[in-house]
Amino acid sequence: MKKGTLKQILLITDGCSNHGEDPASVAALAFEQGMTVNVIGILDDHDENADALQEVEDIAESGGGISQLVYQENLSQTVQMVTRQAMTQTIQGFVNKELQEILGKDETMTDIEPEKRGEIMEVVEEIGETCDLEVLVLIDTSASMYHKLNTVKESLIDLSISLNARIGQNRFAIFSFPGKRKTVQKVLDWSPKLDAVSTIFPKLTSGGITPTGPALKEAMYQFGKKSLFSSLKKPFRDDENHDQEAWH
Amino acid sequence: MIKKHGINIRPGMTITGKWHQHKYVVIKQLGSGSIGTVYLCESEGKYVALKMSDLSTSITIEVNVLKELDKVQGNRLGPYLIEVDDWVSADGTFPFYVMEYLHGTTIRHFIQKNGQHWIGVIMLQLLDGLAGLHESGWVFGDLKAENLLMVDSPPRIRWVDVGGTTRIGRAIKEYTEFYDRGYWGMGTRKAEPSYDLFAFVMVFLSIYYPKHFQRTNQPKQTIFQKIDQIKSLKPYRACFKKAIVGAYATSSQMKNDLLKIVNHSQRNRQRTKNKQQGSRFIEVVGITLISLTYFIIAWFSF
Ligand SMILES: Nc1ncnc2c1ncn2[C@@H]1O[C@H](COP(=O)(O)OP(=O)(O)OP(=O)(O)O)[C@@H](O)[C@H]1O
Repeated sequence: MKKGTLKQILLITDGCSNHGEDPASVAALAFEQGMTVNVIGILDDHDENADALQEVEDIAESGGGISQLVYQENLSQTVQMVTRQAMTQTIQGFVNKELQEILGKDETMTDIEPEKRGEIMEVVEEIGETCDLEVLVLIDTSASMYHKLNTVKESLIDLSISLNARIGQNRFAIFSFPGKRKTVQKVLDWSPKLDAVSTIFPKLTSGGITPTGPALKEAMYQFGKKSLFSSLKKPFRDDENHDQEAWH
Repeated sequence: MIKKHGINIRPGMTITGKWHQHKYVVIKQLGSGSIGTVYLCESEGKYVALKMSDLSTSITIEVNVLKELDKVQGNRLGPYLIEVDDWVSADGTFPFYVMEYLHGTTIRHFIQKNGQHWIGVIMLQLLDGLAGLHESGWVFGDLKAENLLMVDSPPRIRWVDVGGTTRIGRAIKEYTEFYDRGYWGMGTRKAEPSYDLFAFVMVFLSIYYPKHFQRTNQPKQTIFQKIDQIKSLKPYRACFKKAIVGAYATSSQMKNDLLKIVNHSQRNRQRTKNKQQGSRFIEVVGITLISLTYFIIAWFSF
């Protein structure tokens, strides 16, 4: 099996889109082009807005990804869990396809005897550990997100700690929306680590609109640009010394 | 976390496996976590623990680990695997596995009941188990107080939840912030023995800080301070600090240090006993001498 690069868009939001095209349809388009869209919905302790919940699920479903609603306190662990589970799901999708070629059309994991699933999962895990991964994080910075941004920042640093423990390489980029005069704003360009985020996290744009659909579309476009760029420039591996310095 | 499990299981229900047709009568829920729910069940007159989830992949991964752990020689601390199957319900098909039921209490409760002198023994037992695991190429990962149980006759530490158990060299699969060196900025999340040894220390700290403590800007100092503040952990201070900074590359290195400490403090206790006996001797002799002197003086002055 070829070892490719997994491409994920991770959308972190706390509410409903209210501007531009339907985000679920954009997510479907992204999925068609080989990206998965995962969504994390941050809940406030009191309200549980049913519309927002539904939208979070819809976007992830048509984006071939995973959605999870979470309270702020649990954000860090959720961000890493959603990312890992989405990776597994995508890889399993590939593996299932190959399996179907071997076993015949409608066979999936659950049609196989439980004892035999283990070997397939071994393969899935192996790929998940060694494949390269690109995550574009898209953060909703509309007014209601203001007091949640610090938690978001910490959870992203934490995500890079988790993913950088893998054997495969990672690249992260962060965009926020709505941007100052644009739909999205670049917070961090493609880089192997997210430590830099502490110093450059975005100032809040207090605009009331939440153009989730257009922002997703822009994120998709950024991915396209990135692949063109990276084929010219070989990705490099950040040296290990950096890591060690931090904890001695 | 908000979950969307479609699993609806109540005590008294019978779960029949799709593939092996074995029946499990649900007695009660034992606990539930991020991956699934564990139930105490009865099967053929025996208690077993059954874990069910709507995440087929996670269940399969855990089953793989349990199978691998069954091969580990020596002091195996995890539950053994009994069966893997699917449950077909009205809400869908859910994978589950059945394992040995471990009946026990938390370390904290055990120590409160049986005394502080058990702490060294428990540490050595746990390190022994970790050493076996590490030597077989695995790291426990999600080592925490909630995943450790003291079972009876003879008192022995066991562990549940292999969801975090990861092959050495890979990225830790599952962890809990307080016990995770990555969260404290004290190392990576790569599966290596020292990852478990950090969590090991946090487990024993959590016995004395059941509500845990907060991360600060100086995580190392904070943890060191918390270690120093516990009297019962005094003999282990240096050893614990070494584990926190990742100075032990293997669990047997840490075990050697601990063994010396435990033996030493045992001997010390013995010695204090001897000393006490000795001083009583001096006391008795002293009192005798003094009374004798008085007697002689009295006799001469007569
Ligand atoms: N074999 C067993 N015997 C007795 N109790 C068990 C057993 N396995 C699990 N439990 C109980 O069920 C609880 C939840 O199980 P487990 O930790 O495996 O679930 P989880 O979904 O992986 O949770 P987590 O989110 O903590 O990883 C445990 O904390 C423990 O109390």
